Amino acid sequence: MSAKVQVQTTINNEPVEFLCEPRQSLLECLRDIVGLTGTKEGCGDGNCGSCTVKLGDRIVTSCLVLGVEAAGQSITTVEGLAHGNTLHPLQKAFLENAALQCGICTPGFLIAADALLQKHPQPTEEQTRFWLANNLCRCTGYDKIIRAVQAAAHEINANSGAAQ
Amino acid sequence: MSTPTYNVIGTRPVRHDGADKVTGRALYGADLQLARMVHGAILRSPHAHARILRIDTAKAEALPGVFAVVTAADFPPAPADKLVDFGEGETPLSSLRGNILASGKVLYSGHAVAAVAAVNAHVAAEAAALIEVDYEPLPCVLTAPEAMAPGAPILHDHLPNGNIAETVHYEMGDLAAGFAQASLIVERELDTATVHQGYIEPQNATAFWNTDGRIQIWCSTQGSFVARDATAAVLDLPVSHVKVTPMEIGGGFGGKINVYLEPVAALLSKKAGRPVKLVMSRRDVFTGTGPTPGSRVRVKIGVNPEGKITAAQAWLAYEAGAYPGAMVVPGAMTVFACYDIENILIEGYDVVVNKPSTAAYRAPGAPNSALATETVLDEIAEKLGLDPLTLRLRNAAREGTRRADGPRYKRIGCVEVLEAMQASPHYNAPLPGPHCGRGVAIGFWFNVGLPSSATLSVNADGTVNLIEGSTDIGGSRASLAMQAAEVLGLRAEDIHPTIVDTDSVGYTGVTGGSRTTFATGLAVHDAAQLVVEQMKARAARLWAVDQVAFANGVFSSNGHSLSFADLAAQLGSTGGPVSCSATVNPKGVGGSFAGLIVDLHVDPETGKTTVLRVTSVQDAGKAIHPSYVEGQMQGGTAQGLGWALNEEYFMDAAGDMRNGSYLDYRMPTALDLPMIETIIVEVPNPGHPFGVRGVGEANIVPPLPAVANALYRATGKRLNRVPMNPATILGL
Repeated sequence: MSAKVQVQTTINNEPVEFLCEPRQSLLECLRDIVGLTGTKEGCGDGNCGSCTVKLGDRIVTSCLVLGVEAAGQSITTVEGLAHGNTLHPLQKAFLENAALQCGICTPGFLIAADALLQKHPQPTEEQTRFWLANNLCRCTGYDKIIRAVQAAAHEINANSGAAQ
Repeated sequence: MSTPTYNVIGTRPVRHDGADKVTGRALYGADLQLARMVHGAILRSPHAHARILRIDTAKAEALPGVFAVVTAADFPPAPADKLVDFGEGETPLSSLRGNILASGKVLYSGHAVAAVAAVNAHVAAEAAALIEVDYEPLPCVLTAPEAMAPGAPILHDHLPNGNIAETVHYEMGDLAAGFAQASLIVERELDTATVHQGYIEPQNATAFWNTDGRIQIWCSTQGSFVARDATAAVLDLPVSHVKVTPMEIGGGFGGKINVYLEPVAALLSKKAGRPVKLVMSRRDVFTGTGPTPGSRVRVKIGVNPEGKITAAQAWLAYEAGAYPGAMVVPGAMTVFACYDIENILIEGYDVVVNKPSTAAYRAPGAPNSALATETVLDEIAEKLGLDPLTLRLRNAAREGTRRADGPRYKRIGCVEVLEAMQASPHYNAPLPGPHCGRGVAIGFWFNVGLPSSATLSVNADGTVNLIEGSTDIGGSRASLAMQAAEVLGLRAEDIHPTIVDTDSVGYTGVTGGSRTTFATGLAVHDAAQLVVEQMKARAARLWAVDQVAFANGVFSSNGHSLSFADLAAQLGSTGGPVSCSATVNPKGVGGSFAGLIVDLHVDPETGKTTVLRVTSVQDAGKAIHPSYVEGQMQGGTAQGLGWALNEEYFMDAAGDMRNGSYLDYRMPTALDLPMIETIIVEVPNPGHPFGVRGVGEANIVPPLPAVANALYRATGKRLNRVPMNPATILGL
């Protein structure tokens, strides 16, 4: 066991400090040290996307990032998507479109889809499928997930249009 | 008969566990944190078949941070020939234990041999690597035909017939006479590779062996009571000594019925004196759990010039993996289950091989056998110049049709599914261009009953708490709450469902066999009817009347009327709370038929297949929450397409899985699939008050043959092996 390292980060807009071993993944730090278990582990080698979080301005599979690499960075997890008690439009759309069955992949899909909508505010089906191809779902066949992402995009755009 | 009208059933409310599952608050098995909890790791065999000569755990035990090490020697003594029964036939305790921690021999690469509990998972893994095991490697055998051949390596000494654990034989009519009446006979043999259920959440279990001798387990399981009973059996304890708390579950598809980790975590906890959590790695999941059997199936069908089947014969050999139980029985029962055939002979073999012990996977056994039947029928339709759905309609099973395994069908929807396929926009649309093909196929799954329990308690604000024991794997809280709401005249959101541990609700069978919405739904329905009766009695007392009517959520009598909520508010003053329970063991199970239409494009140079359009059709009986019915159909279709086109265990000659990661065991991604159109057929099941059949499984049966048939239309080749990947398509 090696000496622990102190890591200062911002998680879901709050300053968070944690102690971790250098070998611990960011996923392990989030789940086992910080206690944010919303981010899930499905494979541990970056191929299922369940552990997707936003690190700085890009999305990563947090099982492939070391906790110490997050020092000084800001992280967004599924726990940070909603604003207080108001669900993010993606969260709302996933519920209204029945885009989850078991729900284990849902946190990763939500984070990945949020990043998609920031880059492509009204993505085509093809763009959506391409972007989400790093996130595996075994329950839904993806149909309702794709529809939910497009519904959320529509709602976000309608609201921003109304605000202008 | 008029169609009943419903207020809640058939609507699409937001699921009750939805907010928790989109915000990360829902607690799955691996999310559990307990005070003083330590973490485990499992040491697995590198050999597919070997004798264990020696296990030395001393170095592991000496590593700082290690709390406990266990092997099969830590199981309590039990009679060697003891049998255990969880309601689906007897299993030798030695087999059940043997797959959890190997004793004497290892039977597959990945077989668990020992386990460690340590301060964290990293130290546990280091300690597991320090355990010394001496093996004497033995020759291995990896496929059913090879394992059945003379001279094959033998896995178990106690099986009477080499590696054949069980044979199944169904016969009906006069096969020879039937084939003599045929003007056309087609026979084909098709193989399927081993595939995995592929649930995204790895198996996990946390156990605490308390000082009073009781064990508490938290795990992701399809059946908390089955996990309890199996754990108690393995540890030779009374069932009441084990309490299982089902955590949220990240997929199962049949693969989370068996116990793998629960007894090991318990043994570790007993030694460590602390709660112990075990979580599998993805490679452990591939090599240590599931998968579904690889198979060889030969089907021969004869028809007369009108396309009426005169005789059908099937030979099936399924790989059980290391221990008996290959699901060849349901494979044999379903092979001709869609058709009305007089003369049938079916032989099936359950064959042990040096691969992981197989587990159920969505309609277990049925896709393998339907692949052969449905591709032979496609060839017959082509040779007769008949539309493939018309050929099927001429032979379709109906009410009264006798299946080869004995039962006669009650009301079923096979014809209705075929008619819906034929009338669908998809089936009547042209194919987009060259190198494209359209395939169709249908399939059947029995569905099961099994016991279920539920309790409803009325709150003073007019809402109702629902206590139940069925793991919610895909929206069953909603489908159960909706059935309570329908009976009580409330809204779906007025019912608050909670899934509780095995000490807190009556016995409830697994979430499997497409049974939860049907059987637990029936328990909920019955409990709700008891609530209505008690509430009526309260109203009668309040109004001093004899008869009270109840309709659409309103109690009334002689000009009096009270809404459910208004009466609920007066329970305290009319005799106290109302709480009603029901336990059912339903016999009125309704089987489900499903069909698939699939359009494919095959790149003639690379052999790459693109799925262009797909339509899944299924008889739901009655769709309680249509979105989650569609979801089951879409999910089963996606799994079936992956199975048909791509998924496969690549085993080397030594029996080691060479693609035990999601990178190499490639399941369909969002980019591999189109939208999945659905058509819900509703032929009500007379055995359920709302007509529910259950929709979890039949939908995975048609994709294998539908893809094979579409590939034939696109390439002109009848392929004989699944997965039908580019190498198979190009004949490499």
